Amino acid sequence: MTVESTAGTATAAVPELVQLLTPEGERVEHPRFSLETTPEELRSIYRDLVLVRRFDGEATALQRQGELGLWASLLGQEAAQVGSGRAQRPGDWAFPTYREHGVAWCKGVDPLNLLGMFRGVNHGGWDPYEKNFQLYTIVIGSQTLHATGYAMGITKDGTDDAVVAYFGDGASSQGDVNEAFTFASVYNAPVVFFCQNNQWAISEPTERQTRVPLYQRAAGFGFPGVRVDGNDVLACLAVTRWALERARNGEGPTLIEAFTYRMGAHTTSDDPTRYRIADELEEWKLKDPIERVKAYLVHEEWADQEFFDAVDAESEQLARRVREGVRNMPDPDPTSIFENVYAEGHALVDEERAEYVAYAASFDGSEEVGEGR
Amino acid sequence: MAAENYSMVKALNEALRRSLEADPKTLVMGEDVGRLGGVFRVTDGLHKDFGDARVIDTPLAESGIMGTAIGLALRGYRPVVEIQFDGFVYPAFDQIVTQLAKMHARALGHVKLPVTVRIPFGGGIGAVEHHSESHEAYFAHTAGLKVVSPSNPVDAHWMLRQAIASDDPVIFLEPKRRYWDKGVVDPLGAAPAPLHAARVARPGRDLTLIAYGPMVKVCLEAAEAAAEDGHQIEVVDLRSLSPVDFDTLEASVKRTGRAVVVHEAPVFMGMGSELAARITERCFYALEAPVLRVGGYFAPYPPSRVEETYLPDLDRVLDAVDRALAF
Repeated sequence: MTVESTAGTATAAVPELVQLLTPEGERVEHPRFSLETTPEELRSIYRDLVLVRRFDGEATALQRQGELGLWASLLGQEAAQVGSGRAQRPGDWAFPTYREHGVAWCKGVDPLNLLGMFRGVNHGGWDPYEKNFQLYTIVIGSQTLHATGYAMGITKDGTDDAVVAYFGDGASSQGDVNEAFTFASVYNAPVVFFCQNNQWAISEPTERQTRVPLYQRAAGFGFPGVRVDGNDVLACLAVTRWALERARNGEGPTLIEAFTYRMGAHTTSDDPTRYRIADELEEWKLKDPIERVKAYLVHEEWADQEFFDAVDAESEQLARRVREGVRNMPDPDPTSIFENVYAEGHALVDEERAEYVAYAASFDGSEEVGEGR
Repeated sequence: MAAENYSMVKALNEALRRSLEADPKTLVMGEDVGRLGGVFRVTDGLHKDFGDARVIDTPLAESGIMGTAIGLALRGYRPVVEIQFDGFVYPAFDQIVTQLAKMHARALGHVKLPVTVRIPFGGGIGAVEHHSESHEAYFAHTAGLKVVSPSNPVDAHWMLRQAIASDDPVIFLEPKRRYWDKGVVDPLGAAPAPLHAARVARPGRDLTLIAYGPMVKVCLEAAEAAAEDGHQIEVVDLRSLSPVDFDTLEASVKRTGRAVVVHEAPVFMGMGSELAARITERCFYALEAPVLRVGGYFAPYPPSRVEETYLPDLDRVLDAVDRALAF
């Protein structure tokens, strides 16, 4: 088997990269994956991409202004997320990392929900059952097992729902991800493993995680793996739809490697100038996921300036709503730390809550300090 | 069906069977739990009667078992996971502590994970390395988990059924050296106590021995022996390690004025440390002696030929009892 370095190299050197829309905005066909899109659908895709990027940029700005403690930007990965997100049906579940803001958008999750944990007012907090979008998972790779277990449950229930498990190139080294591949394979679970290979796990390039292209890992587990241009929203949409159909039809798991690039830092706490060269970034700027859709829309005359201006205006509205929403997010009540520790309660939690309440009350003189501490 | 004389293994098996019958969402999963019936035969016959979809032989990967159990619980199932031996739970530790314990709180109550994790634990059966560990303090230290350990077949049966019915994750520690002890269990009767209540296993007035799981039997034997010397020793079977029924402990120690905590796990930072501290806080003016602890030494669990040196036995418990009574 040929072993080749893949990180940051031109896509021409990469085998089997599924692409339906070139970086220049030219619509191309692929022998295995076809996609019918109406002009209206394409405009809607463009709108999603722009709004998601604007939301993400606003969150980064809010971190810089001190309104968020941290932000993990999806800049550059909009196509991978919007493509795979739009491929899902409402009954399908997504199990995200902490960077799937674009998937959340497509699932209908209010973006403000995503910001609570980055502001520090909760650890997630939204109801995963509302939009079938699980809480963000910070420990790398853990959620792929939850996704697989959930998919095993779908099989037991006999429905045709499916699951998309999100993870990255770094996570591919985790035991949990490899165990998830094993479980999904032997139980033939209806799960799509959607790996966004953004080339960098904080400072470590993909070469530090693997000697083979990641999509080829699937072969060893007995299910298909496909590498798709992760900056091509149409290819991501088509391949994810195909993989979800396989899952629904009882054909089991699929690994999709969305070959993309993390245009920003790992998080707002990171400084990528310490470990990667500027040329690499410039090269990937030419493959921007949004520009190619715009070029295609313009070339086909499916959108005019009025449309683009309207989307821009809407994105500014979204940014404003997010900005105001975050600033108005109340700090949680201190006693909330004792809430929801258990579904059926716990004597020690109750005892410590009472102690804290009495202690806090001792400062305003309205109540005696409780016995003990 | 009337009450039967069951081994703890059979009592657990019958609890799993009743739980599988009672709720179609209940699943049993783990390594070798299917056709083999588990290495200790706790799941014997369940695969035959409930099939592949309910009694699941899993790949040999403990984190994978825990992680998929969490996913199944998210889908509305009620998994009962078997970790084959205590020392094999560590690969699943991250999923238990980071995911299982915290998800209910992270989701502000929108998610419930009713997962029971059965672990045969503790030493005394002459096993090879990593088959005799007592790791209850790790789990009890983690908010979001409940931790229980039965000491006899009746509790094993009812506590397992209660744990499975609970909407919280429960770490269920089965004292494997007591697997073959017998007791009269009536599966059609009622649970003898709430899951998290301690039980006075033997009343006494001079000193309270506090134990759980495998050490309750040793403490009962010690109390019997002490009685020959005229000491009336009370034995409290803790049953639940998180939450702990401190009210029962407090009432007992305020009666006796002395307490000794006994467990197989190392004394240092063990359950006994927390129990001693809490008892001291609650019973300070009633105490006639410091709360003493008897447990394993601060060394890796030893090879089986010397495990009797490591494990608390009748003599070590009585030695501590004598020291406490001498104050």
